[in-house]
Amino acid sequence: MAYPYRHPKETRILSEAFGDPSARTLEGWKKRGGYKALEAALNMTPEEVVGVIKESGLRGRGGAGFPTGVKWSFFKDDGKPHYFLINADESEPGAFKDRELMRWTPHQVIEGAMIGAHAIRAQHVYIYIRGEFFEPAQILARAIEECYAAGIAGKNVMGTGRTIDVTLHLGAGAYICGEETALMNSLEGRRGQPRIKPPYPAVSGAFGQPTNINNVETVCAVPHIVNNGGAWYKTFGTEKSPGTKLFNVSGHVVRRGNFEFPLGFSLKELIYDVCGGIRDGRKLKAVIPGGSSVPILSADEIDIALDYESVAAAGTMLGTASIIVMDDATCMVKQVRRMVDFYAHESCGQCTPCREGTAWLAKILRRIETGQGSEADLDALLDIGKNMTGTTICVLSDSAAAPTASSIKKFRDEYLSHIRDGVCNARAVAAGANA
Amino acid sequence: MSEVKTVNCTIDGKPVSVPEGTRIIEAAEQVGLGIAHYCYHPSLSAPAMCRMCLVEVQGVPKLQPACVTPVMEGNVILTESDKAREARQGTLEFYLVNHPLDCPVCDAAGECKLQDFVHAEGRKHGRSLEPKRVLGQDDFGGDVLYDGDRCIMCTRCVRFMREIAGNDVLGVVQRGNRSVIDTFFEQGLDDDLWAGNIVDICPVGALLSKDFLHKARAWDLDGAPSICANCSQGCNIRIDTRDNLVQRFKPRLNPDVNSYWMCDYGRFRYEWMNHGDRIEAPLVRDAAGKLAASGWSQAINALLAAVEATAAGKPGVTVVASPYHATEDAGLAARTAAVIGGSTKLVYRSPMAATEEPCPGFPKLARRRELSANGRALEIMGFERVGDDAGKGGLNSAKVLIVVGDELGDLPENFGADAELFIYIGHTLTAAARNAHFVLPATTYGEMEGTFVNFEGRVQRFWPALQPPPLARPAWQILGVLLAGLGDGDAPASAGSAFLKLGELHEAFSGLSYDMLGSRGALINERVRIGATGAEVR
Repeated sequence: MAYPYRHPKETRILSEAFGDPSARTLEGWKKRGGYKALEAALNMTPEEVVGVIKESGLRGRGGAGFPTGVKWSFFKDDGKPHYFLINADESEPGAFKDRELMRWTPHQVIEGAMIGAHAIRAQHVYIYIRGEFFEPAQILARAIEECYAAGIAGKNVMGTGRTIDVTLHLGAGAYICGEETALMNSLEGRRGQPRIKPPYPAVSGAFGQPTNINNVETVCAVPHIVNNGGAWYKTFGTEKSPGTKLFNVSGHVVRRGNFEFPLGFSLKELIYDVCGGIRDGRKLKAVIPGGSSVPILSADEIDIALDYESVAAAGTMLGTASIIVMDDATCMVKQVRRMVDFYAHESCGQCTPCREGTAWLAKILRRIETGQGSEADLDALLDIGKNMTGTTICVLSDSAAAPTASSIKKFRDEYLSHIRDGVCNARAVAAGANA
Repeated sequence: MSEVKTVNCTIDGKPVSVPEGTRIIEAAEQVGLGIAHYCYHPSLSAPAMCRMCLVEVQGVPKLQPACVTPVMEGNVILTESDKAREARQGTLEFYLVNHPLDCPVCDAAGECKLQDFVHAEGRKHGRSLEPKRVLGQDDFGGDVLYDGDRCIMCTRCVRFMREIAGNDVLGVVQRGNRSVIDTFFEQGLDDDLWAGNIVDICPVGALLSKDFLHKARAWDLDGAPSICANCSQGCNIRIDTRDNLVQRFKPRLNPDVNSYWMCDYGRFRYEWMNHGDRIEAPLVRDAAGKLAASGWSQAINALLAAVEATAAGKPGVTVVASPYHATEDAGLAARTAAVIGGSTKLVYRSPMAATEEPCPGFPKLARRRELSANGRALEIMGFERVGDDAGKGGLNSAKVLIVVGDELGDLPENFGADAELFIYIGHTLTAAARNAHFVLPATTYGEMEGTFVNFEGRVQRFWPALQPPPLARPAWQILGVLLAGLGDGDAPASAGSAFLKLGELHEAFSGLSYDMLGSRGALINERVRIGATGAEVR
């Protein structure tokens, strides 16, 4: 199977060039129509650009789904320096869509970011990229160099007299720096800790100035919208969730990878058709639809449409659409413990409920996993999780509590087998079921 | 300037009106509601990270941190709702997950906010069964010892060093529950003049004073409000004593003088107050020329007779006063000299530092050049500073000599031996003091009521923290009785009336009284303050 695998049902817009190394160069990107959108946008007023994005209904792809056009409309001509930040930290376990966008289409990222910078009257774009992304960072750095050499970035952008600098900034390996205000602290050379809001970034963000921050995938959609119009973009997806989205699927499916579909695509179809079903002939047990920090869906809950509203109605979140599929031999206690371990390791340590709570949850889960737990531990886990929810500056704490609570609710029997029998029965159950 | 709008809210049902922008925690304080907190400190930035001060604001879905959330018009704020209380209880439980609970050996026990809040609102039984994280202790340099296991990560110390001490040497290292406070590389707190304050503002026992380490339990201490006498800033302090020995100085809030802070130079110079080699009884030189102990009435009668005999010739008196003694003491000594008559000479000696050391984050506060408390009062009353910057030398014997407080420790053994009348009122019987005709035991400033006047002319009261030796008396009282005997009015019955007497003698103090000084002190009269009497700031 050649990578990237392309399924006939896909609607490839952002990921059209995946697998074609020639798209990485400026020349190759221009051959594919690159930087026409930037040129067109520079001939529009910032308000006009914002208008097009508003019309498209594009929503933030970093997880929260906030309307991008509305976000950009906060910026007025106030004489202050504005900053346009790209969140390329992609640190959510299970997420790998931005990495691929940067690896295959670095110019798509730069073009979208520069259009955004024009729209919010920013003179500087910072791409904050996760420190472990060596290859994407190298590719992006090369693309930025090409842009400067070709007069696309820097002073006098494409001969318009506008200045838009593009700077690539590598993180140092902290999950929390994917949180927008922690990212800004890190960018400024401070400890990567989320800031208290208000003030919101649009008022006081990076370097204390009005700052806009968008996910990589969000800005990648922007050139296409500028080229084809907001109405065109709305022809994809649902009314409230327009456009296409990269679904990055990992776990126990036959075909893992990025698949681009209009929002509203069926999760069931995605798993069983596009991804070829569960590998090794096993059965599906659970799906995490939006990256590790959202509540878990059990196998009987997956008949849903993948758009922001439908997934929320199912009691979880679309998040980054990073879909983690688990088969019936998976030990849920171990999986949840692994995730919570991650959050305990990545908690910045500012807020007490998170600093102490994440590590505490992890210790209890480990105890249960190794057969040392009690049934009272389950109530404690739920109550500790409750105390960690909504009591902290950012939502890392909530993110550790959510999968813990949903897994206890949906897979209580499995916890109980660890507690009562001291062993995991998942494989045995699966073997029986598959026999 | 636009007028600041007033906003109205209710907190736990009590109506509050505050200027727009006031934070909930401050508004609550105005109506006497203390909202539990760790990381918030009124003089530092608020990171809102301890999550203790979360309160319910009706209509807002999430609990809000009271330390950063401004009051909005019409807010209904609940600090005691079930939601707020449960959040506090939950957070307190988190604090104890890794806390060692070693209160029996912790210096902060008894004055620990973790103890207080858990006792008030915490769960009866902790649910954590897990082994605790162990970080151990770290010597931060200077007077400060860090116990990482007890630390609750409020970062007050980090912010104090950055924002007030202006010496950004503390930081949080690592993340999550591995976070610890650490100094940068080997650069500790060794040379920082202000670092001692981080022990005061640490809400728990994570930062310990090496000087105070295991010296006393908080509940065994008696505290008295006082003034630090180690420079002319006049920092407001509390003297904590146990078994009549000073255990430590702690700064006391005075926004006009020292805010919540004091310097380490002043903080650790208290041992002299604990010295045991005190003059225990009045000593009067007998016919054989030997100093003999006597009772007070005998001593005073003899003193009065001696002074009257000498005064007849209007000999002129030299008064040596200590700048570590109360204004009242020096003032009545000067008055005695004036009543005796002749040309008087009023002098004092004070050590002087080469430089002033201002506090970067609170510039009103500095370790002043003058390393004694009361030089300004002495100047006002006509004393002249003599001697060198070590506070030594500069004294000559005289025909009539009255020494108040100055130990004369640096002077030759025969100093004052040729004086016609030498009255020594002090604490320690040094070689030179042995030449006095009258050696009268006086209280130190820590054992009496009185006032100091700081560098800018602020008159501030102090109160007795220690029991003096049984026969020691305040110098003002000894001199007051002598003056009454000499016909100069009634002897003042209290320090307050001695101060009123100074008001009659010196314009700077006229119209001031102890009642007026209050807890923040009062400036001496304006006319004198900006006049030629020594507006120079030292």
